Amino acid sequence: MNKPFMDEELPVIARFELRRRAYLGPDGVLHGRPPAFASNVDLLISLLRAMALTRAFDLKAVALQRTGRLGTYPVSLGEEAVSVGAASAMREEDVLLPSYRNTGAQLWRGVKMEEILLFWGGDERGNAFSGPKQDFPLSIPVASQTSHAAGVAYAFKLRKEPRVAVCMSGDGATSKGDMWEAMNFAGVAKLPVVFIVGNNQWAISVPRKLQTASETLAQKAIAAGFGGEQVDGNDVIAVRAATERALAAARAGEGPFLIEALTYRLGDHTTADDAARYRSPEEVQARWKEEPIARLRAYLVGKKAWGKEDEERLASECQARVEAAAASYLATPPRAPSSMFDHLYAELPHAYLGQRRELEGASDA
Amino acid sequence: MPEATLVEAVNLALARAMADDPDVVLLGEDVGVNGGVFRATVGLQSRFGSDRVIDTPLSEALIGGLCVGMAAQGLKPVGEIQFMGFFYPCIDQLANHASRLRNRTLGRLTCPMVLRAPFGAGIRAPEHHSESAEAMLAHIPGLRVVIPSSPDRAYGLLLAAIRDPDPVVFLEPTRIYRAVKAEVEDNGEALPLDVAFVLREGRDVTLISWGAMLRETLAAAEELAAEGMSAEVIDLATLKPYDEEAVLASVAKTGRCVIVHEAARTGGFGAEIAACIAERGLASLLAPVLRVTGYDAVMPLPRLEQSYMPSVERIAAAARKVCAYN
Repeated sequence: MNKPFMDEELPVIARFELRRRAYLGPDGVLHGRPPAFASNVDLLISLLRAMALTRAFDLKAVALQRTGRLGTYPVSLGEEAVSVGAASAMREEDVLLPSYRNTGAQLWRGVKMEEILLFWGGDERGNAFSGPKQDFPLSIPVASQTSHAAGVAYAFKLRKEPRVAVCMSGDGATSKGDMWEAMNFAGVAKLPVVFIVGNNQWAISVPRKLQTASETLAQKAIAAGFGGEQVDGNDVIAVRAATERALAAARAGEGPFLIEALTYRLGDHTTADDAARYRSPEEVQARWKEEPIARLRAYLVGKKAWGKEDEERLASECQARVEAAAASYLATPPRAPSSMFDHLYAELPHAYLGQRRELEGASDA
Repeated sequence: MPEATLVEAVNLALARAMADDPDVVLLGEDVGVNGGVFRATVGLQSRFGSDRVIDTPLSEALIGGLCVGMAAQGLKPVGEIQFMGFFYPCIDQLANHASRLRNRTLGRLTCPMVLRAPFGAGIRAPEHHSESAEAMLAHIPGLRVVIPSSPDRAYGLLLAAIRDPDPVVFLEPTRIYRAVKAEVEDNGEALPLDVAFVLREGRDVTLISWGAMLRETLAAAEELAAEGMSAEVIDLATLKPYDEEAVLASVAKTGRCVIVHEAARTGGFGAEIAACIAERGLASLLAPVLRVTGYDAVMPLPRLEQSYMPSVERIAAAARKVCAYN
């Protein structure tokens, strides 16, 4: 970064610093002072399984899209630790406000795979979650969910409920005024909200360095008057630890926090994108060495807590679950055309009854 | 019965809604200590506390988005946008989220929110303070758009908007905030949200308008009466969904219709009403439907705003024209 102009004769009125959290390296070795839960092998295995399931689900979704049985779909290949690590730190009564690349978080929270497929297959029933009733559906307009998170958090604070809103977005969201407006108010009102930015370095074709001249995205919290940190977003232990700490602080009334989870988008932006148009295969290949699943597997193998048989069993189990979900999705007939009026308003106004009747006639014919 | 101006009636309705329902919260720029730049929220923060009457940062998109988040949690937020010209950043939140949260989750999450904004010209305000963008909002499925034209209707319609389980945009005509006082009984009674009001009965021509333009429209009706023409005046009050049956019933009676609005002509809400009459009421028409509207020009600065806005003369001339048509 260019050194900003500063008149050295003037007194210093404020100083800021940022820290980076990382425990489990690409080498599969724990560094630094990991959190207590890092010694809980069962928990680590559950995180591994959740990331593997997310990846298997993504693969199936892409296969369905490529064969014309699903709409455009955004994979989260390489970013599974961000979603799984964050969601696994939440309590059931917290509220998740995800973006479109947080499938792993939704799955952890109890959204069903067939629901996610229904959504991307073009059916509103995919957002009528049977699991986390108050979680928001994923937001496709970038960063527009950030102010919803502030509003949800305001409701928690007003009612004195010890709950936290967790808002997930990508690096592109930090370029939007919406995110600044939401963070700014969250700071002022000291809201129980945690912003998690999965910095996968690419907003479709625009690289991180063209999004902002800031050295980090975490530092955007500083201007909003609250704390932020950068974590290794491919280290699920670091993501979970950072989120746990931020959630505990928010629950205790200490206000918002911003976590920049540094990761890498190994896949295309969506199935409608071809990343080879704007980045080299060498760049992507190099990043594969840092992906989150292999390093956790290596760690568990090193601890003799995971072996070849476990891996094979997990793969076939993921496969079975994903296939079952796909079958259930594909067997779900579309809603009746007139259902587009069923939830437009609490009660359909008289003015639109005729239009609904027209659709009812069309479906009868 | 006590008298109140339109802005005082808004204040009465807000106070009533907050007293009746602890889930109602107000938010916006300067709505707290200052009581709003038009004083619509005066006294409410001291009465209900700064937790429920929230001075937000200067962030219109935020106000829209906060309302969505709060409403999804079961609060009933009433956001204020200071002027219609600053409303546009909120349209993203209204079109992409507020209006469709119920539908996209099949009712799992809902959005019982109100966004209030003063709108319209005629108060010699600076640039960007005089717009009438109601048609843009009325084009968004899933919203309600409500515009009062008198203190008593402001009271009853705002209470209805706040109690409604879906998002409502409530546009308050700035020009008549304090123009008249009328009897407003603070009885907590709401008015229906999709029923038009017949302000004056007539036989020869139907004049349809909403908001501040009803003053000129009623004055034109008076002028026409002196010339022997009997004009029926309808206050549409709710643009989305609007009371098509009231419009068609009146046109069936008079056979002639003039629609009056301050907003620009092309794609204005008058076009929707004219289309409805053409589709469903053509047989009863004795003359073409005419529109008297603002021009398809950028809202001028105050020196020319009176030339932009429909006048009593323009409305009366259009009515005479349709009455003379054969």
